[in-house]
Amino acid sequence: MAKEKVSIEARNLVKYFPIKLGFFKTLVSKQIPQVHAVDGVSFEIRKGEIFGLVGESGCGKTTTGRLLVRLLEPTDGEVVFNGTDISRIPKKDMRKLRKKMQIIFQDPYESLNPRMSVYDIIAEPLAIQKVATSYEEITDKVQGALEDFDMVPPEEYMYRFPHELSGGQRQRIAIARAFVLRPEFLVADEPVSMLDASIRSEVLKLLLSTQRKIHASFLYITHDVALARHMCDRLGVMYLGKIVEKGSTEDVIHKPLHPYTQALIAAVPVPDPTARRISVTLKGEVPSALNPPPGCRFHTRCPQASEICRQKEPPLLEVANNRYVACHLHSGA
Amino acid sequence: MELLNVENLKMYYKTIRGDVKAVDDVSFKLDAKDALGIAGESGCGKTSVALAILRLLPSNGRIVGGDITLAGESIVKMSERELRQKIRWKRISMIFQGAMNALHPTYTIGHQIAEAILTHEDVNKKEALERAEKLVELVGMEADRVKRYPHELSGGMKQRSVTAMALACNPDLIIADEPTTALDVIVAAQVLNAMKDLRSRLNLSMIVISHDLSMIAELCNKIAIMYAGKIVEFGDIASIYKEAVHPYTDKLIAAFPSVLGPKTELSSIHGFPPDLLTPPSGCRFHPRCQNAKQICKTSEPKLIETSRQGHYVACHLYGR
Repeated sequence: MAKEKVSIEARNLVKYFPIKLGFFKTLVSKQIPQVHAVDGVSFEIRKGEIFGLVGESGCGKTTTGRLLVRLLEPTDGEVVFNGTDISRIPKKDMRKLRKKMQIIFQDPYESLNPRMSVYDIIAEPLAIQKVATSYEEITDKVQGALEDFDMVPPEEYMYRFPHELSGGQRQRIAIARAFVLRPEFLVADEPVSMLDASIRSEVLKLLLSTQRKIHASFLYITHDVALARHMCDRLGVMYLGKIVEKGSTEDVIHKPLHPYTQALIAAVPVPDPTARRISVTLKGEVPSALNPPPGCRFHTRCPQASEICRQKEPPLLEVANNRYVACHLHSGA
Repeated sequence: MELLNVENLKMYYKTIRGDVKAVDDVSFKLDAKDALGIAGESGCGKTSVALAILRLLPSNGRIVGGDITLAGESIVKMSERELRQKIRWKRISMIFQGAMNALHPTYTIGHQIAEAILTHEDVNKKEALERAEKLVELVGMEADRVKRYPHELSGGMKQRSVTAMALACNPDLIIADEPTTALDVIVAAQVLNAMKDLRSRLNLSMIVISHDLSMIAELCNKIAIMYAGKIVEFGDIASIYKEAVHPYTDKLIAAFPSVLGPKTELSSIHGFPPDLLTPPSGCRFHPRCQNAKQICKTSEPKLIETSRQGHYVACHLYGR
């Protein structure tokens, strides 16, 4: 694939959430505790590329997604979209940019307004961004969006309300809404985790074909490594607010370097009774992001941890062409 | 040895618009030490089957036909009192979906496990608490966790606690409804391993209900595929994975991407599951089946044994 232009780039993104303390404690405590949700994350997504973020819940993948479209303000770092830093520009200018960046949320039962019809839901972004003004134009676009997502005939679905739709149909509406403005960049936050397996693949297929049609860049957030493999060109593996491994999807899945990636892939159940059984090498659960462990954040659960891992934090280094890993085992030391 | 026998079970929910035929003529047998997975899309009746086995039906649900026997004794005909004294928790216990979020927040884990033992067996409180400690160890936690409150435990540990609770009265059969759905991949794998380990150590029989075929493949040796209130395919898990006969099973298996195997196109099933108020005529899968023939629309296929022993399928296309 010829190198495309970088569409969006996260540069050293940091997001801390302060914990609310009681009135008295704020007076006494020297430092307000903070949840280190995202702690220095960098990656870039090229035009037309699908970049996947995988990790367990609480690793900061959703926060990263929200930072990119600026639904959250970063504590530090930059988001560079089409060459300009959008993390500090005023809200007024941001609204114009929102036409080019959209997000698909996880739960279609909560992301659609129950009092709006399908028509209104899809027409709303068109009206806000003044993409289409006349009734005919809007109707035309709404119908087109529904057809793109296999909701045919569109007249049958247009005047329904979300409660009259099944989960799969709702998520299609949520995706159609995100795509109706023909955005350049999309964030999909676990778009199919609420759906049944049989419906899931159909929604994903439609998502992929539409993405290819408009050549949008895509951030795909998921905890399901198997699905990520089918969707993404490149993968970033997150653990406790940091990217621990980054590279092309096939490389990361077939030759995982970081012990965490290895464990994550080994833990995925295989839908084949004759295949090798899962082997769990990891004990315990993800430590709290309130005070992440010193050194390598993974050392508390890592089966190969040594002294250096407890003291020094490994940087994300390029170990091969476009292959990054943050682990002392691979730093050449 | 045959443990559970479900015969022509029909379970309907009464609604204003008519009867929802959640379980419609379902039959299967479960031998001792077997682990049966029941798989299917949401709304296919898999949880209803489990609830019917324990007769824990909501007020509008009723068993309208068929029989369920546990080691020769009919559960359907039993009085409510008998059922409570002899069957529930003592012989069959259930891990409900999302049970880990239903733990009582103001009692310790140990207290809640002991409560189940005290209700069902004639022991004193001290003994019950000691047994609770052993159970907690059995599922792979430290014994002193019994003194913890649910909010002090992580999701994986809460799931282990409800598993321990289900084991409290040494049941013959455990029914687990989506035991790992709410958990993360690595934690889910840990819980899954703990359950596998329990199954072999305690010679337990299990029914695992899940929409996740990969999980069933890890844990069970038999599988029943349900569609719209009916079992469409039943048999040994290896046999079904090797060669699924029913088109629905085939599609369902192909809908799961594999992590390490060859990268294939994701397959999907067109359309949506039917409304069980008015299920389609003939084979219930025919509106979504690509190979549907005229006969599929008019006559309902019976569950028949295939050329492979113990492998049953309900499809007109089989053998043609």
